[in-house]
Amino acid sequence: MTDGLLDASTTAGPDTRKGSSPRVPLGAMTRRAKAAAWILIAIALVAFPLVFSTPAVTSIAFFSVLFMAAATAWNSFSGYSGYISIGHAVFFGSGAYTIALIALHLHLAGGYGVFWYVPVAGGVAMVIAVPFGLIALRTRRHTFVVITIAAFFIFQLLAYNLSSLTLGSRGVTLPTPPWTGMGFNQRFYYAALCVLVVALLLSAGIRRSRFGLQLLALRDDEDRAAGLGVKTTRVKLIAFVVSAFSVGMAGAVWAYFLGDIHPQFAFTALFDLSVAIMAFLGGFGTISGPLLGAALLESLQQYFTIQYSSGSLYLIAYGVLFLVVIVLLPRGVIPTVADSYQRWRERRAQAMVNALPPAPSTGALAASEAHHARPPSARAGGR
Amino acid sequence: MGTQLVEAVIDGVLTGGLYALMAAGLTLIFGMLEIINIAQGIFVLLGSYLSYALWAHAGIDPFLGLLVTIPILFVVGIGVEWAFMRRIGDRDRVSMSILVTYAVSLVIEGALDIAFGTTFVQLRPSYFARTWHVFGFYLEYIYVFGFVLAALLIAALYALMYRTRFGASLRAALQDRTAATLIGVNVKRVSTITFGIGVAVTAAGGMVFGATNDFSANSSTDLISRLLTIIVLGGLGSIGGAMGAAVFMLVLEDVVAVVWSPVWAPVIYFLVLLIVLSVRPQGLFGKVSTRAQ
Repeated sequence: MTDGLLDASTTAGPDTRKGSSPRVPLGAMTRRAKAAAWILIAIALVAFPLVFSTPAVTSIAFFSVLFMAAATAWNSFSGYSGYISIGHAVFFGSGAYTIALIALHLHLAGGYGVFWYVPVAGGVAMVIAVPFGLIALRTRRHTFVVITIAAFFIFQLLAYNLSSLTLGSRGVTLPTPPWTGMGFNQRFYYAALCVLVVALLLSAGIRRSRFGLQLLALRDDEDRAAGLGVKTTRVKLIAFVVSAFSVGMAGAVWAYFLGDIHPQFAFTALFDLSVAIMAFLGGFGTISGPLLGAALLESLQQYFTIQYSSGSLYLIAYGVLFLVVIVLLPRGVIPTVADSYQRWRERRAQAMVNALPPAPSTGALAASEAHHARPPSARAGGR
Repeated sequence: MGTQLVEAVIDGVLTGGLYALMAAGLTLIFGMLEIINIAQGIFVLLGSYLSYALWAHAGIDPFLGLLVTIPILFVVGIGVEWAFMRRIGDRDRVSMSILVTYAVSLVIEGALDIAFGTTFVQLRPSYFARTWHVFGFYLEYIYVFGFVLAALLIAALYALMYRTRFGASLRAALQDRTAATLIGVNVKRVSTITFGIGVAVTAAGGMVFGATNDFSANSSTDLISRLLTIIVLGGLGSIGGAMGAAVFMLVLEDVVAVVWSPVWAPVIYFLVLLIVLSVRPQGLFGKVSTRAQ
C-alpha cells in the first residue's frame, strides 16, 4: 500500500539504504541522476530572477516560490499522514498577522529588519497549531477535515471581530521597504526561496527519517501502526506543528510583500484548497510533487490575474485542470511519470536479457537473469 | 429580551428545517458513496441562481420554479457522479472526493460569477416579505413556506427510502454494499441516483436560502462549512442526526445572536463543534461507525 506514496527520489526502494546499494547498480545511477536534477532545480531557482528580471515576471516567480514552500509544508503533514488539512490558512494568516502586528507595535521601519521576524511568525503559527492539533487529531480522518475547515472559519471571524488586536476589517498596514525597481521583487523572491529551503529540508528530513516512516505507516493503517508501537497521536501532532512553522513563515513574507493585510485575504479558503490541489497535482506525499504543482498552478493563477484581471476564468481553468489531471493521472504527475519510467526501464532490462546470445557459461546467464528479473523496487513488485 | 428569545427560537426552527433538508442530502451522499461532497454549497447557490433567473427573466414564481430547478439539479448531480465520483478509487477515497468536489465547485463558482456577476443578488417576490401575525409574533411568509416545503420534501425523502423498492435497495446498500450486491442490488446505479437526490434537494434549499439572504456565488464557502459542521455533529451518515443537529445549531445561533452579539454568533457555532468533538468524536447524535476507516 505504501507504494504510491514513495517519493520519486526514493523510489529505488531498499537500495537507498546504506550498504545495500551495490545490489542494484541501476538504483545508484538514478540516485546520481536525481541528485543532478535537484542541483539543476536549485540553480534554476537561484538564477531565475537574475535572468528574467522584469517586475511582472519576478512577481509571478515570487508567488510561485512562496506557494511551493506552502505546498511543501502542507504536504509534509497531510501528504505523509493522509490527514487532509483544509485549515492551513489558519497558520498562513496567523503568520501574516503576527509580522504585521509586530511591525506595527515595534514601529519597525521598512527594510531587511522586518525579515528577522519571519521565523517569529512561524513560531506563533506553531504555538497555535498545538491546541488546534490536539483537538482536531483526536477524530477520524473525515471528521478531521471538517474540523480544520471550522477552525479556519473561527480564525477568520476572530480576525474580523477582535478589532482591538487585529484592527478588524480595516486591516493592518506594514512598513514599506525602501527598495525600488527590480530589486524590490528580487529581495522578496530570495526571502521566499529561504522559506522554501527550510520547508524542503524539513519535508525531506521527515520523509527520510524513522519519524517519517511512522507517519507513512499510520497513513496506511492507523490501527496497525498503533499496534506496532507508533505513538500515533504524538507523531501526527509533531508533523502538524512542524508543517505550521513553514506555512506561518510563508504567510509573513506574503504579508510584507503585499504591504497590508485584511481578514478575508489572510484567512482565505482558496489558500487551503490551493495548497492541497498543488500537492495533489504534483504528487501527494512526494517531496518534489508540491514543487511542480505549485509552480504550475500559482504561475497560472498570477498569469490569469494579470492577463484577464478576472478571477472567475481562473477559477474555471484551475478546476478543469485539476479534474482532467485527476481523471488522467489519478496519483499526480510525479508518481505517474516515475512509475512509467520505472516500467520502461524494466522492459528495457528484460529486452536486453532476451537479446543476449546464449552464453557459454549457463551459470552466469542464470545469475544475470535473476538479477534483472528481480523487481528493482518494492513498488514495482507490488503492482 | 424574552419575546426576542422566543422569536429567535422560532426563527431558528424555521430556517433549521431547510438546513435539515440540505444536510440530509449531504449526509445521505456520505453514507452511500463514502465521499464528502464539498460542492454541496455551490449546488445550493446554483439552485438559488436558477430560481432567481426563472423569476427575474421569466417571471416564474420561485416555488413553482422548483418543478424545473429540482430536476435540473438532479441531472447535474447524476452528471457529476458519472463524470468524476465513480472514478475515485477506494484509496484515500474521502480525501480524493474532497479535492475533486472542490474542483467541481470552483468551476461552477467561476461559471456563476461570469453568468451573474459577483455582486450580491436578491430573490424577493413581493409576497415573500408579508407577515403572519400569530400569538403576538410576526412571521414572514417565506420562512413559513420554506419550513413547510422542507417538511414536505423530508417526508417525501423518507417515503422514498421506506416505502419504495428503490428505497429498500438504498437502505440495503447503506448497510452493506457487498451483501446488497449479492442479493441483486445494482449498487452502482443506486449510488448514482442517491447522489442525484442528495444534490436535487439543494434546489429547494437554495431557493429559500436565496429568498432569505442576499447572495453571490461566494456565499457557498460559508454554507458548506455550516453544512459540514451540521453533518459531523449529527454523526456522519446519520440522516436523523443531521436533521436534529441542523435545527439545534440554527436555534443556538439565533439565540446567541440575541443574548450576545450577532457578530459572534457564527463563532459559537464552530465552538460547539470543537467542544462536542473533543468529548464525543462520533458526533452529537452519531453512533460509533460500523464502517472502519
